[in-house]
Parts: sequence; structure tokens; C-alpha cells
Amino acid sequence: MSRANLQITDEGKLRHFLSTEGLTHALLSEILDTAESFAGVTEQSVKKVPLLRGRTIVNLFFEASTRTRTTFELAAKRLSADVLNINVEASATVKGETLLDTLRNLEAMHVDMFVVRHCDSGTAHFIARHVQPHVSVINAGDGGHAHPTQAMLDMFTIRREKGADFGRLRVAIVGDIAHSRVARSQIHALNLLNTGEVRVIAPRTLLPAHVESLGVKVYHDLRDGLRDVDVVIMLRLQNERMKGAMLPSEHEYFQLYGLTEEKLSMASPDVTVMHPGPINRGVEMDSQVADGPRSVILQQVTYGIAVRMAVMSMAMQQRPSLETHV
Amino acid sequence: MSKPRIKITGGRLLDPHNRLDAELDLCIAEGRIAAIGDTDDDFSSDVEIDASGLCIIPGLIDLCARLREPGLEFKASIDSECRAAAAGGITTLCCPPDTNPVIDTPAVIELIHHRARQVGAARVVGLGALTHNLDGVHLSEMAALQQAGCIGVSNARTPLASTLIERRAFEYAATFGLTVYLHADDAALSANGCLHEGRVSTRLGLPGIPEAAETVAVARDLALIQQTGVRAHFGRLTTERAVRMVARAQFDGVPVSADAAIPYLYLSELDAADFGGDYHFMPPLRTPEDRDGLLQGLRNATLSAICSDHQPHEADAKLAPFPATQPGASGLDSLLPLTLKLAQDAHLPLADAIARLTCGPAQILNLPYGELGIGRAADICIFDPGALWRLDSATMHSQGKNTPFRGWEMPGKVRYTLRDGLIIYSGD
Repeated sequence: MSRANLQITDEGKLRHFLSTEGLTHALLSEILDTAESFAGVTEQSVKKVPLLRGRTIVNLFFEASTRTRTTFELAAKRLSADVLNINVEASATVKGETLLDTLRNLEAMHVDMFVVRHCDSGTAHFIARHVQPHVSVINAGDGGHAHPTQAMLDMFTIRREKGADFGRLRVAIVGDIAHSRVARSQIHALNLLNTGEVRVIAPRTLLPAHVESLGVKVYHDLRDGLRDVDVVIMLRLQNERMKGAMLPSEHEYFQLYGLTEEKLSMASPDVTVMHPGPINRGVEMDSQVADGPRSVILQQVTYGIAVRMAVMSMAMQQRPSLETHV
Repeated sequence: MSKPRIKITGGRLLDPHNRLDAELDLCIAEGRIAAIGDTDDDFSSDVEIDASGLCIIPGLIDLCARLREPGLEFKASIDSECRAAAAGGITTLCCPPDTNPVIDTPAVIELIHHRARQVGAARVVGLGALTHNLDGVHLSEMAALQQAGCIGVSNARTPLASTLIERRAFEYAATFGLTVYLHADDAALSANGCLHEGRVSTRLGLPGIPEAAETVAVARDLALIQQTGVRAHFGRLTTERAVRMVARAQFDGVPVSADAAIPYLYLSELDAADFGGDYHFMPPLRTPEDRDGLLQGLRNATLSAICSDHQPHEADAKLAPFPATQPGASGLDSLLPLTLKLAQDAHLPLADAIARLTCGPAQILNLPYGELGIGRAADICIFDPGALWRLDSATMHSQGKNTPFRGWEMPGKVRYTLRDGLIIYSGD
């Protein structure tokens, strides 16, 4: 399918990183292995490698973000690239310039890579379809569709915690699956890595239609769903979901779906607890769990830099005109 | 007389309304059909059309075509679209009231009629707004609109503010015998959606529009149609369930008709799986099962018309991420071929397929067109059933080149189109 072809070169290498869907087990493993090699770099005293020296990377964010944008920026700088942060919400498109206009203008400044976040699903695909052949696109989140680097840093975290054999793992994703691009990318990645069982746990209002078609088992009861799982991924609940008719109250949500030590006791004894952040303490989980020994929430942030370095360097190596730019 | 006397010879004449399917000659005088079959040998014609190997059918009637004038002339114009219609064998176009300004005063419909007459290609009839400026709250001056030539009323794709307003609007329209043209959509259920709520919207993380957005609206509308006795038409149904609800209502004697639009007969949500803006429709493309339900509805005549739901756009309208693209496709060029293809693919007998483009819509609009009876206006489409061609920007006559059928092989090529006995298109 062209979705996959758009991201992958004829040789099966990563050209853009738009979605975990449509990639291969081999490519995901390569991303994780490459990230492993960069994880050392971020722990050195001089945290830089010259891989992308002379390259220009544009963080093109149409939606507010602190954490994701910052880790992309750090990742790019540690690869020695020049980084440009553009918050488009505050500039051009407001004046009637189309997305394509914005893109062409930036391309004219000889940009090598776009890291894109946008509130519309499909934006990264759209941009990847319209950029010049030497430009790579990394999806930093598009609407409710995909957030592949977040999913890969989660896979990296799981691999570090549980080892490379995903086949023996049960992983549960809890919360607002319906609106979560992170959940979609995680589900595709987990399935590509042959995870033993992928579960989603949520009330019906927070599950999309035919969610089982993504390759998950559906649970509405948190205790049932947590039984014997090795990894729990809690999703952030956006405040606006509370105001609509999705949920009656934070209180009831926490009662039913909030992660507490007591509910966590249903899971495997060495369960790992993850959250893409930022956490609503007392809504998605208890502080006791978030700060407890099973939580790897802060490691996730650290790994995010290595994973983004991996994806950026891999995509950049596949640029057809790489040599002529050096 | 300014209108030529025309004799069409040697063609296969197909007129579902009069149950004709035979090689018959046809004579036209003073803009009307003067003779069929045993034509007078001394009918002196100014023009003779050799239709050997060609099919002769009534001119097509398109129940829903946006011409974009007045107000959106950067997308298309009455001039461009009436000519495109003629090239597609269409002789009558019905345009919804969501122009800018809205068709809520006699002046706007008169302007549209005037411009269409100036162009002299396809005929244009228009629907008046059901509420003032389509605001969904204040009833329009329907009697004045009717007097100015509006053949029905509609609130286009804009919702009415309440069921009470809907009831009053239906009652007022019924007062003047006006048919109400409905877009079945529950605005609260479809809010912000851009794709059918199902497997594909779930995978792509796009806000979905559930089937119930249509069925809830059909149930509500049917109840108010029964309450008020207004004659009503559902335009562009998309779900199997809604078709079955309308079939049931028709069986119960409710004065209601319905149509389907071409894209929904060929495409489904699966086609949008790649974020292609050409597959962005409102209402959205549904499931393959829904598509089968629509075809079934066409076969059993619950759906008595097929329309193009023509929505020409400028190129930029589709050059954006999927949710930001404008919905709809340019459809005048593909209406006849893709309807013929339904017959070719054995979904519908040829006579029924043609009926859905001719006498079917004529009956809905209550217009004396769509058949080849003696004395009727000579609205005729002559096409080559064997010709195959490819739809692309170069072959499209509409100003809007936005179509999901680009590159498709199209059966049937229009050779001549006549409206009121005038040749408004001839091509090879």
C-alpha cells in the first residue's frame, strides 16, 4: 500500500517516519538498536555526535507542545544539526497562507527535514507527499492518528525493562483510546513486534468504533484487564473530555479507571507502569503509583531523546542527494 | 421558425417511461418531438443526424448540481457548468439554494435563470431556501420563491434549529404544494466528523460520522412528513438502513422519494484509507455493505433517481490534510458513463439505469421532461454505447477537476445533446 511506500525506500529503509503502521518488524528493531547505540551518547559528558552536521531540521509545530518539541530539539542538536523552531499557529496560516505555501517557503531555505505536529490527522502524510525528494518528514503527532516516535520510545522502554522477546508479554493500554494518537501508534508497534497480547481498557465512550479491528482485546473493567499484565500504559485524559458527555466526572473516572496500588496488584508482580505524560495525578493514576518503584515514566522521557536521534539519523541517511549536500 | 427541424435516424431509441427500446427514427419540429418510428417520409429536415450504432435517450436530469454562481465563481460558473452538463448529456440541472447570496429571494433565482438562458446550454431549475439565509430559524418567503420559479424548497446541508421549526417549515411548504428536499443529517451526531465512523476512521484517528447521524434524521423527518403531509424527497442517502426506512415509509403510503449519488454507488470508506482528499464527501462514504444497500434500493426503486451531487472545486480546495479539504466531487462528466457502468456491471437493467436519470428525477421534480413522448420538449441525449474513454483533467468539461474517478475507464460517449430541440452539444 502507498502508505507504507511513502515511508520506506525501495530498499526497505526508512525515508520518512509517519506512522508505525505499515512498517516492518525489521525496521522497528533497527530503530530500537540504533537508539540503543545513541543512549550511550546521551550519557557521555560531551553529548554530541557529528552525524548531521550542516543539516537543517525544522520543528514545524502547528499545535502547542513542550516535551515533544524539546526532546526533538535536543535530539537534533546532539546529532550536530541546525534546528529551527517554528510555531505556525502564531504566524503564517492565520493570515490565509496555505499549509503548502508555508512548506514551500521553508523548503526555499534549504531545509533537510521537517518534524511536524498538527491537529489534523493525515498532515504528516500530506507534507511527505508534497516535499522535495531530498527532504524527510518526521511525524511528531497528527490529530488522533499517529505519534510514532512516542510509540517507539515506549517500545524502547519496554525492551529495556522486559527484554527483546515481546512474544511473552501482555500489555494493557488504559484510558482515552478514541482520541489518542499515541495509543494507535503503540498498538501497531506492539503488534508488529509480535507482542503476546495487547489489551485496551476503557469505558465505551473512550473507545473508537471497531477498536478490536486494530488487533486488541477489549476490556471495560480495569481489574479484569490488568490481570497478569506485564506492562500497563496509562493514557492522558484531556480535560475537555470531562466537559463533554464522554465521562460524568473525574471522580468516577478515577474510581473506575484510575491506577492505584490496589488495582495494580492484579497485574504480574514485576509489572512496569508507563505514561506518555503529562500526568493528571489523581485522575489517571495515584501519585503512589506514578512515583513508585514500578513506574518508568521519567526514563521514558530520557529514552525519547535517543529514539528521536535514531529516527532522524536513519531517515537522513536515506536521502537520495545526501552526498551533494556535504 | 428559428428552431431547426431535425431528423434523427438509425439509432436505438431507449425511453424507459414509454417502454421503448427499438431502432426508431425521431423527428423534431419547433423544439418538440414531432414523430417517432413511422416518420413521415416527407418530413423536411434542416438537420439530419445519423445515429447508426448510437443510443437515443431522453436528456438527463441531474437532481443535485452546484453551479457555484452566484458567489463562488472561482470554483465554477453557470456558464462553465451548463456547458459541461450539455457535454455530459444532461439537459436539466437542479441546483440547491446554498449559493452566496442564498436563493431566498426571487432576485437570486431570477438571476440564475437569466444567466442559464444566456448561456443556452442545459436548463437550470432551482430550489429555494427553506429558511431565510439558511439560518434554520426564520421561514423564507416560499410563496414568492415559488412564483419566481423555484420548483421546491430545501435547507441544503444546513440544519434546522429544532423539530418545531422543521414542522412549521414543512407545513408552510405543504400549503403551496412545494416539495421539501432533505439532507438527512443529525447535526449533533455528525459534528466535526469527516469520515464514516468505522474501521477506517478508527485507524486514521479521524473524527467519525456514525450511521445514526443519517438514520436518526430520516426517522425524525419521516415522522414530521407524516404529521404534516408535505411531499418530501431525501437527497443522497448513504446508508442501507436509511434506504430500508424510506422503503417502509413508501410502502405505508408516505409521500416520500429518495435518490443516491454516483460516488456512494462505487466508493466506500475503504477508499479514504490513504487520506486522499478526493474521497472526502459529506455525507461521508460509508461501508461496502451500505453501498450494496444503495444498489438494492435502486433495483427495487426505493431510490428512483441517481444524481451527480456535483461539487466543483478549485485545485487548492483538495490540497490540504484530509480534514481540511473541502468535501465533494465534480460529477457532471461522469454521471452518464458511471450510470451506464451500473448496467454493464449487472447491478441494474439498462432501462432502469436510464430511468433513474430521466423519468425518475422528472417525476420527483414534477417536470414534464425525461421522456420522449410526442409533443414533449425535445430534450435528447445521443451517445455511443461502445465508446470507452478515460476520465482526466483534459477530458473533463466541468471547471472543477476534483474527482475520485480520475483515470477510470468510462463507457459511453455523448455525441449530441439537444435541449428544446436545439443542439447544445455535439462532439466526437
